[in-house]
Amino acid sequence: MSGELEARVALAQGSFRLDVAMQAPGAGVTAVVGPSGSGKSTLLRCLAGLEPHAQGRIQLGDELWLDTQNGVCVPPHRRGAAVVFQDAAPFSHLSVRANLEYGLRRCPASRRRISFDDATSALRLAPLLERRPPGLSGGERQRVAIARALLAGPRLLLLDEPLASLDPAARAEILELLRALFARTPMPVLYVTHARSEAVHLADHVVVLNDGRVRASGPLHQMLLRTDAPFGEPAEIGSVIDAEVIAIDERDGIAELRFAGGVLFVSGRLQIGERRRIEILARDVSLSLEAPSRTSILNVLPARVEAVYDAESLQPLIRVDLSGTALLARVSRRSLRVLELREGVRVFVQVKAVAVIP
Amino acid sequence: MNGDFAALLLTLRLAAVSTALLLLLATPLAWWLARTRSRWKAPIEAIAALPLVLPPTVIGFYLLLALGPQGPLGSLWGALGGGPLVFTFSGLVIGSVLYSLPFVLQPIQAGFEQLGRAPLDAAATLGAGPIDRFFSVALPQTRRAFLAGAVLGFAHTLGEFGVVLMIGGNIPGTTRVVSIAIYDHVESLDYAAAHRLAGILLVISFAVLLLVFVTNRRRAAP
Repeated sequence: MSGELEARVALAQGSFRLDVAMQAPGAGVTAVVGPSGSGKSTLLRCLAGLEPHAQGRIQLGDELWLDTQNGVCVPPHRRGAAVVFQDAAPFSHLSVRANLEYGLRRCPASRRRISFDDATSALRLAPLLERRPPGLSGGERQRVAIARALLAGPRLLLLDEPLASLDPAARAEILELLRALFARTPMPVLYVTHARSEAVHLADHVVVLNDGRVRASGPLHQMLLRTDAPFGEPAEIGSVIDAEVIAIDERDGIAELRFAGGVLFVSGRLQIGERRRIEILARDVSLSLEAPSRTSILNVLPARVEAVYDAESLQPLIRVDLSGTALLARVSRRSLRVLELREGVRVFVQVKAVAVIP
Repeated sequence: MNGDFAALLLTLRLAAVSTALLLLLATPLAWWLARTRSRWKAPIEAIAALPLVLPPTVIGFYLLLALGPQGPLGSLWGALGGGPLVFTFSGLVIGSVLYSLPFVLQPIQAGFEQLGRAPLDAAATLGAGPIDRFFSVALPQTRRAFLAGAVLGFAHTLGEFGVVLMIGGNIPGTTRVVSIAIYDHVESLDYAAAHRLAGILLVISFAVLLLVFVTNRRRAAP
């Protein structure tokens, strides 16, 4: 139904200049991250067609939305790019139900992605349908706005920091609803956020903006492995792995998760068959040349050193390979020298902490 | 008494027709003024606000010159096959529309400015075209501003005197509105008749304003 998004957009706003060339896959969530003022929201507005002075070329699949050289500029209501804004106020003169129907009534049957009932249950809106937006909480308003956008049958769903103004509880709830929703109803999504945690939760692909330009872009797991930490703090460098729960030990409260490179033990309430995303930070990974015995660390896995970064710094980073899955380990310069770690050396990886992303 | 009744009917008809025309005229102008960054915005706003400060007789005087058979608008209208404009009901309508324009324009413009871009942008990305957006979002969300503009325009036209006197004169059934009739009664020392008409105008004006405030209150409640 949709294809890959290819955009080249330039727009001058006072002293700020947006000049972005980016791509996003035709399905899955692409996070647009970067510090505030880096042009994330402006980029999103350009894609939606809300910035009439945007220059360049935007194409989604075989649909051309913008080509200023050839005088093409499809107006926003014909693009099918529904936006959820940060303070996405539902229309205040309409009930929640009428807000949801607003998009639905304007959605061509061929583009329908989700039924009214599915959207209301996915975003837990059934009890709110007859309410009026002025009486809703921030989280409720955001859920209404998301459902309204979904029901408009978007070719591309654009979310502009949809959780930024919510309290942590509402944010966690909606993140979980969104994750389930995107897993069930595949569609291309662009998710603007400055919260690294939201990108790690949801994204498959990341575009990092800085000062109006693309600083880096690529699949999420590769971006997290990048030692120059294009997004987030250097302390947060690590790996994100998708894994499946294959066994549960009720007595010790431990679950066994299988991923491409082996098996990990994780504590927490999980269910067999569940697919979860787990995060392992570089600072929680240590290396040993021999298999450690009688250790309190549950996760010890054989691996091979692939690369050493920043060897001269106090805390170099080492990338190891576990039959196809990459992990980063932060070690001291002394360990690097004493253990003679270099490409090709066989090691054992000890993982001190595994975070299951909720 | 019969003449007074005719004057009352004429006044209400004039106010209704002028208000309807004003809503049609002021809405697109208010929309443009609320969203434009053109350098013409300020001069046009100033011109539209002139009736607030000019004495009605000044407006009436210029209108008399412009609309008269030798005036630029009057002669153009005559060349197009229209009848005379001064001392007719049509002339009164033109005068009232000009005179009451700021009272209708300004609340509606403020309403559009307060509405902002966000709800319209959201509606656009949900698939609503420009006209659809106006009727499905802008109009319902600014209905209070429209109500205020319509009522102010209506009430202001009810009380108009100077402009009417200049371009309408005092022709019973055609241009003799309530305010003129009251003036006539006072001139001829018929205070009872003046009281009666003035009282009716007072009650009508109060009732219209009360209706607005009550409606606004009810809408503001959750």
